[in-house]
Amino acid sequence: MGGGGPAGGSRDRVLARVRRALADVPRGERPSDVPVERSYLRTHGRRTAEETVALLAENLADYRAVVHRTTEDGVRDLLMVLLARRGSRSVLVPPSLPPHWLAAADPTRVHDRAACTTRQLDAADSVVTGCALAIAETGTIVLDGGPEQGRRRITLVPDHHICVVRVPDQVVASVPQALERLDPRRPLTWISGPSATSDIELDRVEGVHGPRTLEVVLLETDRDGETDREGEPGGDGGDEDDHDRGGRDGPPYADG
Amino acid sequence: MSGTYLGMPAFPEAAHDAVRNPTLRRNLRHATHTIRDKRARAVAELEDWAGLRAAAKAIKDRTLRHLDHYLVRLEQAVTAAGGTVHWAADAAEANRIVTALVKATGESEVVKVKSMATQETGLNEALEAEGIRAYETDLAELIVQLGDDRPTHILVPAIHRNRGEIRDIFAERMGRWGRPAPDGLTDRPADLAEAARLHLREKFLRAKVGVSGANFMVAETGTLVVVESEGNGRMCLTLPETLISVVGIEKVVPTWRDLEVFLQVLPRSSTAERMNPYTSMWTGTTDGDGPRAFHLVLLDNGRSDTLADEVGRQALRCIRCSACLNVCPVYERAGGHAYGSVYPGPIGAILTPQLRGTGSGLDASLPYASSLCGACYEVCPVAIDIPEVLVHLRERVVQGGEATRNGVRVRLRPAKGHAAERAAMRAARWALDHPAALRAGQRLAARTRRLHPRRLPGPGRAWSDTRDLPEVPAESFRDWWQRTRGGEAR
Ligand code: SF4
Repeated sequence: MGGGGPAGGSRDRVLARVRRALADVPRGERPSDVPVERSYLRTHGRRTAEETVALLAENLADYRAVVHRTTEDGVRDLLMVLLARRGSRSVLVPPSLPPHWLAAADPTRVHDRAACTTRQLDAADSVVTGCALAIAETGTIVLDGGPEQGRRRITLVPDHHICVVRVPDQVVASVPQALERLDPRRPLTWISGPSATSDIELDRVEGVHGPRTLEVVLLETDRDGETDREGEPGGDGGDEDDHDRGGRDGPPYADG
Repeated sequence: MSGTYLGMPAFPEAAHDAVRNPTLRRNLRHATHTIRDKRARAVAELEDWAGLRAAAKAIKDRTLRHLDHYLVRLEQAVTAAGGTVHWAADAAEANRIVTALVKATGESEVVKVKSMATQETGLNEALEAEGIRAYETDLAELIVQLGDDRPTHILVPAIHRNRGEIRDIFAERMGRWGRPAPDGLTDRPADLAEAARLHLREKFLRAKVGVSGANFMVAETGTLVVVESEGNGRMCLTLPETLISVVGIEKVVPTWRDLEVFLQVLPRSSTAERMNPYTSMWTGTTDGDGPRAFHLVLLDNGRSDTLADEVGRQALRCIRCSACLNVCPVYERAGGHAYGSVYPGPIGAILTPQLRGTGSGLDASLPYASSLCGACYEVCPVAIDIPEVLVHLRERVVQGGEATRNGVRVRLRPAKGHAAERAAMRAARWALDHPAALRAGQRLAARTRRLHPRRLPGPGRAWSDTRDLPEVPAESFRDWWQRTRGGEAR
């Protein structure tokens, strides 16, 4: 939809060229007639839930995130210590961060409002968020803009990000498992270690533009204290075979 | 493609300069060997690598064989999610669309995350001509932009520069583009990165328009994916009010699920990491989070012509991981500039002459910029048989044949008699002149792949036998092209 005029012309021109270029493809062939063998693994190796969490911790640390482990009872004090150690005077918080997490911390809480300018965000020392899930095999945390995570910009502009991962509930083993659980209609940010560059003689340097310090708190939850995302509409269904994520107003495209 | 490279000498001449520059060669050698060793370890970690590679290839083949279908589907999904889709048949049209979109915002500057598509179209120059400044925000691209230079590598575009040179560029040039480098800037990488951070943060915080490319576009959902390390991508994709993404039509993948393959093979093939530091995915616009307006410009610019070639089509599977550069003995010696295109190395040698045609001496010589050792094919995560395409394109240069240019079927005339053979020899000479490059190639080949993909028929035949070389004539390839115009119908 190029706004009509010449762009509309180019749409047809490009599509016509593509169709002519594919003259060798038999007329009746459907996309699903082109086989895609998915013989690759859904996960690499068999692990208990506890081992999966340990692998996550190991891989996060390998990419220079600082990893901490705690329980519901300890999270308050741990976050207080982490912020104090950093000397943070102000901390950005997403709209629905559990209030008890930061109950002991001194810094001023800054809420990200629509009216906040990026310069105001830039003045915050730290940000504390939850996450949508974490991937053990790659050492990745994923944010999806849910109420415990806030907008994408709050985890980007401050130099220090503390991310709380509920273990083992929020931990998946692999990239395929992560995609199954995520909703593509949400804006997604995958984070594997702090911002880094290797552009200068391949020396790895942390933090060019994103946070230079990433601390991940692995928060042990009771199995029965299951922390579902408070029944948000459009939240992830978690159904393994559900690929019904086509456009917002159309049937899913069945593609084999 | 961009006019930037017009007048480039053919590959062998350009490569000669690189070979005489010891700093460049040392930097490149160090970089390619380091990355290739790391990559091998990262890949070895996954016992199902062969299965992932086969799936990646198959998904891309499915996409390409039904590209029209997936593009229409993508357009629907992006539009339904609040984005606007534009179509650009060539570079000039893409630049016109972007320029008009920027002007409509009333802004005169944009922040950009590294995008090969916009390098290909020469967007920065086109914006400049309209009074709009484009700031590159990837550290390496910043080094290239401030240094008035060209990238030499897909992944690490400024790898030909060492820290001392980067320090000097920053100290001298940053002030002309915005916040100057701090006084007494040293050449420590951490200090250089800090200088870049301060310089660019000013621009990020005030930017109203961002321009990006994308690594993948999901037809099913309309989701775009950008994979990066520094966070400059996240800045450009989320802070501005308007986001314009310029993406080649071959970057589409059918389904959301397909990302499970590409997000495994790309980081490991590219930076040799289990996962790159940042991956951003967005679908149209989201209320209250990120840009309010999203424009997707779908770029053809020679891709549908490439698609029309049944052998060459596979080059469109490329996910720009750069693994093939790092194992190529010819790239290692010649450097990225010699390829005269934003796409250097083995992939450049097959993609550029297909996107642009083989009408210039440079583009006609690119299929010869290889020792056909096959190492590029071995590492390619989407299994592009680069040697096969190289031989196919050589055949076309010397023998002529059918090709598609700007959507029109044309018949290229063959180069005539001895002249064609001499052209092949001259262009091949460069690689063969450098025994180390050739030996490295042959050693790899013995382990990895049949040595000769197939023999060339006709005048190219002699070339295909690397061990039985006739004398190389004195006339340069470039001179020969200028004299004969390569015998190609224009
Ligand atoms: S051709 Fe293959 S190895 Fe080379 S950049 Fe493309 S995907 Fe990577």
